[in-house]
Amino acid sequence: MAYDTNPAPSTVYHPAPPGMQIKVAARDLSVTYGDALALDRVQIDIPDRSVTACIGPSGCGKSTFLRCINRMNDTIDTARVRGSIKIDGEEVNDRSIDPVLLRARVGMVFQKPNPFPKTIFENVAYGPRIHGLAANKDELAAIVETSLTKAGLWKEVADRLHQPGTSLSGGQQQRLVIARAIAVNPEVILMDEPCSALDPIATARIEELIDELRENYALIIVTHSMAQAARVSQMTAFFHLGALVEYGPTEEIFTNPRDQRTQDYITGRFG
Amino acid sequence: MNRPASIRTAVEARLARRHRSERRFQFYGAAAICLAVAFLCLLIGSILIQSVPAMTTWRMTLEVELDRQTIDPRGDMSEASLRRGGYNAAIQNALRAQFPDVEDRAELRELFGLYSSVNAARLLNRVVQDPSLVGRTVSFTLPIDDDADLYLKGVSVRESRAPGPAPVRIERREGRAVSLASDTAVFDAYVEDVREVARERARTLEQRALRAEAALADTIDRDIRAIYEAEARRARVQAERLRERLDDGAPVVLGPQIPSLLIQVSGAVIRITEVSADRSSAQGEIVISAALDEAAHADWTLWTLETPQAGRLISDRQIAWADALRERGLTRSGFNTELFTYADSREPELAGVLGALIGSVLTMFVTMLLAVPIGVGAAIYLEEFAPKNRITSIIEVNINNLAAVPSIVFGLLGLAVFINTFGLPRSAPIVGGVVLALMTLPTVIISSRAALKAVPPSIREAALGVGASKTQAVFHHVLPLAAPGILTGSIIGLAQALGETAPLLMIGMVAFIADAPTLGLSGFTEPATVMPVQIFLWSSAAERAFEARTAAAILILLTLMVSLNAAAIYLRRRFERRW
Repeated sequence: MAYDTNPAPSTVYHPAPPGMQIKVAARDLSVTYGDALALDRVQIDIPDRSVTACIGPSGCGKSTFLRCINRMNDTIDTARVRGSIKIDGEEVNDRSIDPVLLRARVGMVFQKPNPFPKTIFENVAYGPRIHGLAANKDELAAIVETSLTKAGLWKEVADRLHQPGTSLSGGQQQRLVIARAIAVNPEVILMDEPCSALDPIATARIEELIDELRENYALIIVTHSMAQAARVSQMTAFFHLGALVEYGPTEEIFTNPRDQRTQDYITGRFG
Repeated sequence: MNRPASIRTAVEARLARRHRSERRFQFYGAAAICLAVAFLCLLIGSILIQSVPAMTTWRMTLEVELDRQTIDPRGDMSEASLRRGGYNAAIQNALRAQFPDVEDRAELRELFGLYSSVNAARLLNRVVQDPSLVGRTVSFTLPIDDDADLYLKGVSVRESRAPGPAPVRIERREGRAVSLASDTAVFDAYVEDVREVARERARTLEQRALRAEAALADTIDRDIRAIYEAEARRARVQAERLRERLDDGAPVVLGPQIPSLLIQVSGAVIRITEVSADRSSAQGEIVISAALDEAAHADWTLWTLETPQAGRLISDRQIAWADALRERGLTRSGFNTELFTYADSREPELAGVLGALIGSVLTMFVTMLLAVPIGVGAAIYLEEFAPKNRITSIIEVNINNLAAVPSIVFGLLGLAVFINTFGLPRSAPIVGGVVLALMTLPTVIISSRAALKAVPPSIREAALGVGASKTQAVFHHVLPLAAPGILTGSIIGLAQALGETAPLLMIGMVAFIADAPTLGLSGFTEPATVMPVQIFLWSSAAERAFEARTAAAILILLTLMVSLNAAAIYLRRRFERRW
């Protein structure tokens, strides 16, 4: 392929924060859709128990990167993934890895809230049920309650668990979807623009939630809002045209960007 | 509004035209819908009107004497003996008892034409079930012959009755011949009628002769010339004969080409054979006798059957008899239950759709059992699992092509493969069902795929995102959401198969099946026919009574279709969920 002859994209790495525990590590990760190169040899180490924000203009490959981590790209026929991506040192792209198992470890929240057209309870209980995480009904109910509580939704829906999940408001639906992801007890939670379909109040609620979830999970969030990235994340990765341009602690990236493109983007000169 | 004036005027100029074109388009749409609705109303209305005569049927009730000797020829009351009994003779005797005047064989045949001898089998079954009836007189109700039925319904024969204008003397001659005489020209009105009809008919005959002669002039071939010549000659001769009858001075001889005249007088019915030239006297024969004194009768009726005998399938005598049976209260009109409880028959009054309905049910059962699971399975595989490559795209294109293949081709396939190669029975619902299933498969696959495609991908992603396998995502989430669409598509496919005739013709389901197939496992291999084929068979039947029955059968089929589609809509509403 043509890009193989190109020099590797030079990424600016800021020094890692002290005591960083690596959860997800990508090496030479490239993705092509047919002939189009979507991700070009990305190298990145993502820390555990913190929020990593992926920013960049539309089509820069940040969603593609996210979908590599739980192999959602498998569902796209034309997608080709090359290189390595490891979670806790375990190769994700390995054939021996069952994507079903992987996705139980790596939860995902999508841009538009997509609850199942079932009851609130069923939405949350579905994951534990297919993975056999609960031995009986009471355990299942307990998992549903803790997940909804962690997602900050329990108080609002406790008395209407058997109403359809689609009857909730947009912000509530997104929290329901997060509860659904938490219910299978994942290690990593991927969020693909989780607030882009929500109003500012619901967004604030989700951001709060993300901050709380940081205690227990590694979160990777794709966002178009620079302010959001600055508010919720500890690490920030800036992607441009499929390449990882700059990566480092959020404070560093926003106050002291070293690459011209990063500076232009975060100051609003393009994107 | 700080647009330049020129742009404003340009937009305004176009605006009027845009509004006009929009209104025009809306008008076209409304007109198209109105036209479609009008045609639909016309169609349903005409079928309804045509089917009215088949809704009811006339039945006669006869007191049939089950004489021990005729019914039980061996005298041992065994079933075998009872089955050899002369049931038809018993019915014939009961009918003869009503009209004792009838003696000569031809007339008897006419009389017995008022019912179908198939009814003897019904009487037999009744006796076999209850042998204690032997030796007793039972009242037996049987549907009257279709031509008499149509007459009694007043659809096949135009008739008029008028009171006799002046007293008439009736004089018996030898046998059943009578002569009628009056002081005034009492038959004047009738003769005028006849002359009008005869004149009209002579005119058409002459036109026919002229047409044949014109064609003759253009033809060279000898054989064809002979045909035209014969036709022209025949028409001329007939017209001439009719004109002769118009001759004022001659007596009118009643024949099959002109309206018939019957005279009703104190219970007797006289069929007029000749009216004298002065129209005051006539010759006739007694059809139904009664005590007639020699004195002049003032109270009598001129009963004109305006449809000439040549234009109807029921004779003057049969009309007189049917009318007498009605007068005596022996016939009654009722809802045509035979239409639903009998299988096909050559006798329209005993023909029903039960056999075809059962055949349709059995055939549809096989079709459903094959087409729905296979079709939905194929759709799920193609839509959700199959890799998108050259082979699947070829399969896809061919499925779409199959949906457009003329249905008769599937019939040919069924004939060649299932009947000839596999040796499955002919005319059997199992073969019909398989053939229709093949025909329905593409419809089911295409509509199921459309339904699956309509499920938003976010649902699949959500399921995969929490770690569901592909199969779990499809069966837990996608399929339930697609179910209403799949159901609708399947039911519409089945409805289409229910109305299909052509492929079934090829596999012999067009046969005349007088016994309804068993509604059970063995029924699948018995010869059967289905509703649309039954309609097709009846529509080409010669008997006029089948005309109404065809329309009635169409109504029944339409009702079935509408209820199937209603079920589809109901299921759709029931299972439809929002996402």
